[in-house]
Amino acid sequence: MATTRILEWLGRLYIWLLLAFLYLPIIIMALMSFNVSPFYQLPFEWTTEWYASLWQNDQLIAATWNSVEIAVITTIICTVLGSAASLALYRNEFRGKKFLQALLFPPIAIPWLITGTAMLIFFFGVGIGRGLHAILLGHVALALPYVIVVVSARLQTFAPELEEAARSLGANQWQVTQRVTLPWIMPGVIAGGLFAFAVSFDQFVVSYFLATPGQTTLPVEIYAAIRKGFTPEINAVSTIIIVVSMALMLLTARFFKFGGEK
Amino acid sequence: MAAATASRSGLRSALPLLAPAYLWMTVAIFLPLSAMVFFSFMTELPLSGKPWAFTLGNYAAFFSQSLYLTLLLASLRLGLEVTLWCIVIGYPAAYVLAKVLKGRSREAIFLLVILPFWSNGLVRIFSWAMVLREGGILDTALNAVLPFKINIDLMYSYPAVIIGLVHSYVPYMVLTCYLTLQAIDDSLIEAGRSLGASRLQVLKRVIIPLSMPGLVAGAALIFVPVVGSFMEPRILGGRTGTFYGTVIEDQFVAVFNWPLGAALSFILLAVVLVILAVASPVLKRAA
Repeated sequence: MATTRILEWLGRLYIWLLLAFLYLPIIIMALMSFNVSPFYQLPFEWTTEWYASLWQNDQLIAATWNSVEIAVITTIICTVLGSAASLALYRNEFRGKKFLQALLFPPIAIPWLITGTAMLIFFFGVGIGRGLHAILLGHVALALPYVIVVVSARLQTFAPELEEAARSLGANQWQVTQRVTLPWIMPGVIAGGLFAFAVSFDQFVVSYFLATPGQTTLPVEIYAAIRKGFTPEINAVSTIIIVVSMALMLLTARFFKFGGEK
Repeated sequence: MAAATASRSGLRSALPLLAPAYLWMTVAIFLPLSAMVFFSFMTELPLSGKPWAFTLGNYAAFFSQSLYLTLLLASLRLGLEVTLWCIVIGYPAAYVLAKVLKGRSREAIFLLVILPFWSNGLVRIFSWAMVLREGGILDTALNAVLPFKINIDLMYSYPAVIIGLVHSYVPYMVLTCYLTLQAIDDSLIEAGRSLGASRLQVLKRVIIPLSMPGLVAGAALIFVPVVGSFMEPRILGGRTGTFYGTVIEDQFVAVFNWPLGAALSFILLAVVLVILAVASPVLKRAA
């Protein structure tokens, strides 16, 4: 079948073209962050000057720490609250359970522009105000549905007989959860936690509406810098972010598979 | 944490574990969305110190000034165009991934396609700014290859916004279509072929209908956020990048007319909900 082989070959070629489309801008940005010319002029001359000047930019460093802190706290809160909710949904049958599960999708499906502006209005209206605490409040709410969905998916692979067996051997509810259920769902919990971290660390829209001049996150700071004009420093910090978030997702992918197959 | 209650089924034993997560989402998502609807009927924010009253004025503004409707239509058109491009580019890629590639190379390439989606969207849009601007990489590269001089300056134009958005969202389409295409039994395709159908007929009569849920899911997942996008048009579109989303952004960060912003947001939310409702029967069939 000669036609089949040609078509398959074209298909492979097409995939590589798509990958080029997806990765070229990112690769170019990364290369330019090592280029001497601040106006991205060629020929290319190697420098790490822009990375060095990042260290001098106190505003950017403060925003980076805010981003990391908020992402870590979001991850911790979401994995605890999300896993608890998933367990409750898994173990119990009650009226309204379907409704509670359906409620997880609006936060994922509604554009962040709408959620973000709604949070701004409400937090301002009830006196929570804006700033890092408001950003944290928002990030946790945005990431929770993802964690519950991921952990629930892992729980679907759990055999309830294991809990029964442990109970019949004399374990109490806390021991059953701690020694049997939690170890089983751990890959799901870790994957959910990485999701939560990514949702928070990469979050721009919601943070943007809730940030105040002194209390911002890295993406908000970058957006402000881009609107003022191009600088190679933004390239450098963007390159760092993209490497970090891709590494994080590779990690998630590993845990996810681990969670799905075994 | 996992309370010592016996595992008697029911809401009462579920509540202590459920309440924290759902309370948090109520305070930070469901109440704000309700509040937004409420504020959209006010003249001023109640806590701003100024006197306020209920009004339909914010909605009247939307319907009386053709600007807002025009921009909403422009955003819907943008959403439609980006979605179509994502189908044209993403569907064939999903097909190759699901039916041509095998084993470990399929896994690796699948991961490579999905990976950028999970990196920072703002930064990826910014990387296009560098490629598209005059004297940027595309300009320099084309002028180095071509014998004549051309000026490529796509930056701050409608095509730039389209390119950036398609780049951001095409992995979604690949993902959803891949999942449904992969589930199609190869023997169905072979049966069609052996009964004398051409490749094109098999594609039209077997493969596309069976993968429709993936196409619809991908389209909904792309269309909805694109209609509400504001950062991408701002960075890549410049002055041509005024869309419905950027106007909402302006109400909150530049003009400070929050009640009008709330009304505009709520109208967008209504449009989004209608779209999701239309798409949901197809999605349910897939689930």
